[in-house]
Amino acid sequence: MNFVALKMLIGDRAKYIGILIGITFASLLITQQSAIFTGIMSRTFATITDLPTPDVWVMDEKVQYIDDIKPLQDTELYRVRGVEGVEWATPLYKGLLKARLSNGNFQSCVVIGVDDATLIGAPIQMVDGRVEDLRQNDAVIVDERSAKGKLARVLPDGSRAPLRIGDSLEINDRRGVVVGICKVSRTFQSQPVVYTTFSRATSFAPRERKLLSFVLAKAKPGVDPLELCTRISAATGLRAHTREDFKWITMQYFLKYTGIPINFGMSVLLGFLVGTIIAGQTFFNFTLDNLKHFGALKAMGATNGRLVRMILLQALLVGALGWGMGVGGAATFGRLTSTTELAFRMPWQLLAISGGVVLIICSLSALICIWKVARLEPAIVFKG
Amino acid sequence: MQTAVNLRGVKKSYGAGEARVPALRGIDLDVKAGELLMLVGPSGCGKTTLISVIAGILDQDEGQCSVFGRDMGGLRGAQKALWRGSTLGFVFQAFNLLPSLTAAENVAVPLLLRDVPRKKAVEKAREMLERVGLGSRTESRPSQLSGGQQQRVAIARALVHEPRLIVCDEPTSALDHQTGASVMELMRSVALGGERTLVVVTHDARIFSFADRIAVMDDGRISKIVDSASQL
Repeated sequence: MNFVALKMLIGDRAKYIGILIGITFASLLITQQSAIFTGIMSRTFATITDLPTPDVWVMDEKVQYIDDIKPLQDTELYRVRGVEGVEWATPLYKGLLKARLSNGNFQSCVVIGVDDATLIGAPIQMVDGRVEDLRQNDAVIVDERSAKGKLARVLPDGSRAPLRIGDSLEINDRRGVVVGICKVSRTFQSQPVVYTTFSRATSFAPRERKLLSFVLAKAKPGVDPLELCTRISAATGLRAHTREDFKWITMQYFLKYTGIPINFGMSVLLGFLVGTIIAGQTFFNFTLDNLKHFGALKAMGATNGRLVRMILLQALLVGALGWGMGVGGAATFGRLTSTTELAFRMPWQLLAISGGVVLIICSLSALICIWKVARLEPAIVFKG
Repeated sequence: MQTAVNLRGVKKSYGAGEARVPALRGIDLDVKAGELLMLVGPSGCGKTTLISVIAGILDQDEGQCSVFGRDMGGLRGAQKALWRGSTLGFVFQAFNLLPSLTAAENVAVPLLLRDVPRKKAVEKAREMLERVGLGSRTESRPSQLSGGQQQRVAIARALVHEPRLIVCDEPTSALDHQTGASVMELMRSVALGGERTLVVVTHDARIFSFADRIAVMDDGRISKIVDSASQL
């Protein structure tokens, strides 16, 4: 009878397309809005994402998220290095400094100072130049997007040209020479990212008593990073988080203290409601139109269980197709906007969630129809 | 001759309290196996309610209904549906063919309901359509068929799983006289045979002559049973 159920569904083209459009729209809206939300949220911890080497981030106990810098004393680095289970520990400077552009304008940049000796914390993906060149005088590495955009040189005719190796820029009145162009994740505020050594970064930074933003640590082989965090906290009184935990804590801060989740949540909820209403109503109308046929099937010996299976199959089919088309549409949207400022990230978990939501929409729609058909008196077929 | 349908003191009402409307007021009726019995009478006399009870679609409030010795009161829910699927064939006034299925697929539905593989079911459906004179229209959809042809498809559907009892609700009321007569001829020639029994509800006097017996209903009761239309 699956065959009959599918032919009943597809046979009524207008309604079939109507149901599909409803579910596709819901799936598209939910997936796209969630992907933008995920994209924005993943930008909040972009710096952590771009530093895959360390297992543990050590910071002041009052730090709430990655951009909430509460500098540590330089000596904390040595205390962390002394904790049992630490393979290595390196300093990291992170600050927001003003860069003066060639046209005289200023641009705020995220300056990241990495360990002078090991260069741990330096960008992983270089587009031009070498990370080792950071050891040259006044050397900085800038991210590709900013080199072409916010930090681009202004030519005498007013046009802009990408920043290249050898070009210089002023950071807090100190000269920086570009020795490389790298690729990094876009930050939450889309600011340029400038990498340099820790000592040079602290010379760029305004005078402060403490300038060590974080200590990055690696666990010795066989040592659980989570356990190492506990040991570091116990030994130093500092807060230590694994990379994944720190990402999550940063994201939670933005979830809690910004209106982003509510705004996006409303869009997702709207998609869910509109999708459920459109798909539900069309599917219900489809069932109503076929009520006489369901009645005939019931009279001819179809049990309620069989009719329920037929309706569920119909709902699952339109659900799967609608979900696929919606997700496909969202992915196409993401692809088309990948070069723009728009944040868009569609991990498999998001697809699973949107699939689950579409399943709920279809189940709700099917449930109304099942209720109607289960209560259907087969004697309806004898009423002309 | 074996009794196909046995009704004793069958009563059925709709609604409750003061709004209660009796539809059947104590029906006693025997339908013999292999006969074509027509239930006739004015609108609202209880014909449709009676065949609904016989077909196991409605439960009587009182009395006893047995079909081929099976007490309908002893069957419940899915059990009753499965019994209908194996024992009964239906011919409806409005044909009730699924518009998105071809004639052969429509005829195959009772077999599909009994889990016969699709290919085999459609094959058997084609043979049945051949028997009702629609061998050339097996792939046509209901919308491509005339009313008479649609009713032939419905007859083929009612017969394909070889049921012992066929209930027909106003099978000719949507057809012109000539088509109605040919549909009844077809039912007599193809549907009747052995102990297969037909119960036909109708108020179309033009087809009374096809009946072996005619039961006349009035106000929820059977007022008389006659052997031919001339005795009415």
